Amino acid sequence: MAENPLRFRDDQQADEPAVSLGAFLEQANANSVRIEAGDDVRLLIPALDRVRLVEIDFPRFRDGRGFSSARILREAGYTGELKATGDVLLDLLAFMRRCGFDSFAPDSPIDPAEAELAFNRYPHVYQHAADPPDSPWAVPIWKLRHA
Amino acid sequence: MKILVHELGAEEFARQVEEEFAHFVTLGTDFPQAEYDRIAAYFAPPPFETGLSGEIDRSDPAFALWVDRQVAAHKAPGYAIANISLKPIGGIPGDISAEQMDLVADLAERYSFDELRATHAQNLVLPHVRKSDLYAVWQALDEAGLADVNLDLVSDIIACPGLDYCSLANARSIPVAQKLAERFADIDRQRDLGELKIKISGCINACGHHHAGHIGILGVDRKGTENYQLLLGGSGAEDTTPAKITGPGFDEDGVVDAVERAIERYRAVREPGERFLDTYRRVGMEPFKEAIYG
Repeated sequence: MAENPLRFRDDQQADEPAVSLGAFLEQANANSVRIEAGDDVRLLIPALDRVRLVEIDFPRFRDGRGFSSARILREAGYTGELKATGDVLLDLLAFMRRCGFDSFAPDSPIDPAEAELAFNRYPHVYQHAADPPDSPWAVPIWKLRHA
Repeated sequence: MKILVHELGAEEFARQVEEEFAHFVTLGTDFPQAEYDRIAAYFAPPPFETGLSGEIDRSDPAFALWVDRQVAAHKAPGYAIANISLKPIGGIPGDISAEQMDLVADLAERYSFDELRATHAQNLVLPHVRKSDLYAVWQALDEAGLADVNLDLVSDIIACPGLDYCSLANARSIPVAQKLAERFADIDRQRDLGELKIKISGCINACGHHHAGHIGILGVDRKGTENYQLLLGGSGAEDTTPAKITGPGFDEDGVVDAVERAIERYRAVREPGERFLDTYRRVGMEPFKEAIYG
């Protein structure tokens, strides 16, 4: 499999295709799951310890439910790959990362150099979110001010 | 949001919000008191002088009229809040020239701790003026044509830019506001009518908040011509109510006449001390409809 330039992880990619949430919950040995807009991602929480890849699909850019799905999983302690697929646009990337996505497979390709610019557009945040632990976003501006 | 609340029911919605909030608290996203204090410091009150006189010299009658209508009480002794009307009769609601704005900025700098506010009612406010400075402020405003005395009166009309300036609009708003103000130009008549908030929007996006006007006017497009719906009984104040449509719409001159008929009906049936809105709430739509449509 070709290297995904919009994958921000060092570990090996999961080697099996992602299955639907329903199928995943029925297959005790599956490790990759695909979340559609409207799926209740909280159903996945009890099974998180065997998940290596969660793909969250964005059918259209204006359907933002995938953002919530992502941060719910991160807040529940999920540390595996979280991949945004579908109508993923350049100006959404930084917010997606802040919600916990660490890999992107947009329907329309995004230039990695432009993605890099988008990620670095705003170095400071008012509030931490499901940010990558090593990113400057993980420390909100008030912590820097009142350290 | 309203659909979600409708589906879940208000109680279940509130429960879920509380649950989510409790979860957020565990994430440590709240900022510390030090950050709160840092931001609050930007909103500290200005350094008010103490021991100022609470008296206003009202010996100039024109000034006294302006004080009674445009000046409001301030919480700091010796200070007052000065409302600057941007509603000269026949003018464009909320318009001010660059020269006038320069003057107002100077007044703010000199007399109001460098502070000037714009209101949703399309007027300006000098929020902290020493009572002893009010006369000087009024004289400067008067000289610049900014001393109109009509705050909250029938000519203090809120109007969106309308079709003259806005690409979303279906109808013009400004000419309707101008015609209404001219119709009620007589200041004695305005004072007799008391608080009466007319609000005009040139399309359903409602930038003029016509639905919250004691009298509201909504411009619509009817088969390519401008048409104005008339609404009564709205309030955007603490006693919020949405206004109700009176009936079929009017053309530009027709809506001005209809507003006058509604106002004349109010004058005929009001009880002492009642505002237009109070009378409407007491007697309901029918008497007004009858006056408007005959």
